[in-house]
Amino acid sequence: MLVVVGTVPEDDFPLVCGRPDFDSSRLRVEGKYIDVNRGTPALLAAACRMLQTLGQEPPLAFLVGDTGLGHGSRRLYAYLVEHLAEHAPSSMVFHYLQPDVNGHGRVLMAVQELKTRPKLIADAGFMYAAKMSGQSLEYDLFTPDAGELAFLADEKAPHPFYTRGFILSEDDKDPSLITRAYVHANAARYLLVKGRSDYIADSSGILATVDSPSSEVMEAVGGTGDTLTGVVSSLIESGLDVSRAAEMAARINRIAGSMSHPTPASQIMDLISCLPGAYELIKINQKLC
Amino acid sequence: MGFFNRLRSKKPGLEDRSSWERGILVFSHTSEVIQAEKLIKESGFSIKVMGPPPEIRTGCDLVIEFPLIEELNIQRLLRGQGVHALQVVPVTDHLLQPVDLFTVKDFGEHLMVRAANMKLTVDKETGVIVNISGGGCPDVPYLALEMIGKSLQEAPKPQDIGHTLCGYALHLAYEEMTRKCW
Repeated sequence: MLVVVGTVPEDDFPLVCGRPDFDSSRLRVEGKYIDVNRGTPALLAAACRMLQTLGQEPPLAFLVGDTGLGHGSRRLYAYLVEHLAEHAPSSMVFHYLQPDVNGHGRVLMAVQELKTRPKLIADAGFMYAAKMSGQSLEYDLFTPDAGELAFLADEKAPHPFYTRGFILSEDDKDPSLITRAYVHANAARYLLVKGRSDYIADSSGILATVDSPSSEVMEAVGGTGDTLTGVVSSLIESGLDVSRAAEMAARINRIAGSMSHPTPASQIMDLISCLPGAYELIKINQKLC
Repeated sequence: MGFFNRLRSKKPGLEDRSSWERGILVFSHTSEVIQAEKLIKESGFSIKVMGPPPEIRTGCDLVIEFPLIEELNIQRLLRGQGVHALQVVPVTDHLLQPVDLFTVKDFGEHLMVRAANMKLTVDKETGVIVNISGGGCPDVPYLALEMIGKSLQEAPKPQDIGHTLCGYALHLAYEEMTRKCW
């Protein structure tokens, strides 16, 4: 079972734990409707679509409303500490949550106390907290974009906002930033770096590069990184090893993006609807090879 | 003169005070820092929003660095507006510098500005915000919902409705975009 943990951008959205329905335009969890624009709803919608395509059960979502004050995130951290042991996740993805080192530490301890350790994936605010707490190596996969990779590479930065200029200016130098992140133990066991070229890496270096199909405008489209994290989490849940899942997810997300004919003004639902077709295309190509 | 241009102009005579002994104002939440920054800058004081030194264990992830000599004036100003600092301490060590590098991409009809981990894209002809991407704090999806589809002038400013460092980074991207489009 894949567990998705994150937030919904509404202050009055309650804390819910349940299996989502996704009807191609909106998510519904525990009777609550959620629009899919970006952030955790985009990740969750992509995961629903991919798991369905892979013949897997839908994810279990732990969600709470939070528009940035952090109250919802703190309630969710506390809820997970108390209730996670009631579930048996085989993989977990943590997403848009207020970065909170103490909250992160308590949740990680709750995960470590599970009978079977799930595969752990972190992105967005929870990845920031994991790096800030010095526990990146407890995770199987981080999925940073270029700005977040620079943050992971800067051993002194507590948040991407404080990434030092000489590191930020290394745009297009992802390989050297990946090395730097591993030297300072600020990367997970694997990295899937989202960018003009997607890199799959571990502490030995870059394992794979995915750079086609290429559409530069995808960088501007909010939620493309969220869908990639949803796709890779679903592939890991289906049993693929992390590096293979990361490479395949990068291809699926790029193909789905290309199939949606994006412009800088595109919205993420266009891409999500193309994910099953992109997966099938890759499977056909693999059979032909 | 636009609002942001006014903010960038400092009152004569206060300019040199930035080299005086410095202190920091610590707040419980980033949104209070953003509010205080706006108030203090509008009053003409020379301040900087910075990262807290490691010895500060209370408060949020931003502090306001200010000329210590102005402490009473600034505290009075903030109290008058109902904003209260948790602590005022002298600067004894190096403070973290917020991001000040911007990446700009021109897509033809659209322009994208990136500040740290936040990206803002507008239609060059209409000035309408068409996309916001990046970031990892929970106010990012909320800010996107509130801002996309509105022009730079009409959209709420991230500094007014954001609460986190990602929201603040988006505000820097917004300011840079405003500079480029106006």
